[in-house]
Amino acid sequence: MAINWFKYSSPSSFYPLAGKMIPVFMTLAIVLIMGGLYWGFFETPDVLSDQKQYYRIIYVHVASAWMAMWLYVVMVAWAVLGLIFNTRMSYMMASATAITGAIMTALSLWTGAFWGQTSWGTWWDWDPRMTSQLILLFLYIGYIALQSAIEDNRRSDRASAVLAMVGLAIVPVIYYSINCPDPNECASLHQESSLKRVESNILIAMLVVTAGFWMYCFAVILMRVRNIILQRESHTQWVERLEVKK
Amino acid sequence: MSEFFAMGGYGFYVWSSMGMVLFLMLLEPIVLKIQHRSLLKNIQRQKRRQASKH
Repeated sequence: MAINWFKYSSPSSFYPLAGKMIPVFMTLAIVLIMGGLYWGFFETPDVLSDQKQYYRIIYVHVASAWMAMWLYVVMVAWAVLGLIFNTRMSYMMASATAITGAIMTALSLWTGAFWGQTSWGTWWDWDPRMTSQLILLFLYIGYIALQSAIEDNRRSDRASAVLAMVGLAIVPVIYYSINCPDPNECASLHQESSLKRVESNILIAMLVVTAGFWMYCFAVILMRVRNIILQRESHTQWVERLEVKK
Repeated sequence: MSEFFAMGGYGFYVWSSMGMVLFLMLLEPIVLKIQHRSLLKNIQRQKRRQASKH
C-alpha cells in the first residue's frame, strides 16, 4: 500500500493533523522532562569523584545543545525539500523550526556559561566548541532576519533556504570541535563528549531529558507552523471556515 | 529541603540554568498560543467585515 505523502504537503490537510499531534507531543515532553529531571536530581549521587553538584546543569545543557545542532539539520532538510519539490509546507516547516532552534542554541550557551564558571572558572572562552555554537546562533538569527526582511514569501523562502544550506558547514565544525580525531591537535577547553564515561544514572536522566526536549520541539514547531499557515493562507476559504476555540 | 536548593554551594549556578530553561520553554508555547488565538480572531473579524459589505 502506498502512502500518499504529498497529501500532507498541502496546508489545509496538514493544519488539522498538526493540531491533533500537538497535545500528544506536549504531554510526552512534560512527562519525559519531569521524569528525567526527577531521576537526575533525586536518584543520582550528590558528589561524584571529580565533580560537585553543579554537574546537574548537564541534563539541560546537553539536551539543548543536541537539539540546537539537530534542529539546524532538520531545518536545512525542510529547506532543501522546499527547493526540490517547491512545496509551500516544507518552507513553512523550515521557518517554524528556526526560532525553536535559536532558543535551544541560546539555552545551550546560557547553561554552558554557568557550567563553565563553576568548572573552568570562566563564563566564556573563545574555545572551538563555544565559538562554533555562537556562530550557529548567528546563523539561526540570520535565517530569521533574512526571511522577515523580504516581503514576498516565495522569494524569502528560497533566499533563506540557500542561506541555511550554506550555514550547514558549521554543523561538522561544531561536532569535530570536541570530538577531534587527534586530541593533541585541537586544544579545547570543553570536554569531549564521551557517553561511556558518564555514570549510568546520570546518562539515563540525560537521555530521557533529551528525548523530552525533542518532543517539546515537535510540539512548539507544530504550534508555530499552524500560525504560519494561518498567516499565509488567511485569504483561503478553508481558513475562513475555522472557528475560534473557547 | 534548603540543603537540596543549596546544591552543595552551587545552587546559584544550577538554578540559574534550570530557571532560564523553564522560563523560555514556558514562554515559547504561551506566546504561540496567544498568537494563534489572535490570528483566528482576526480572520473571523475580516470575514464578518466582508460579509457586511455585500
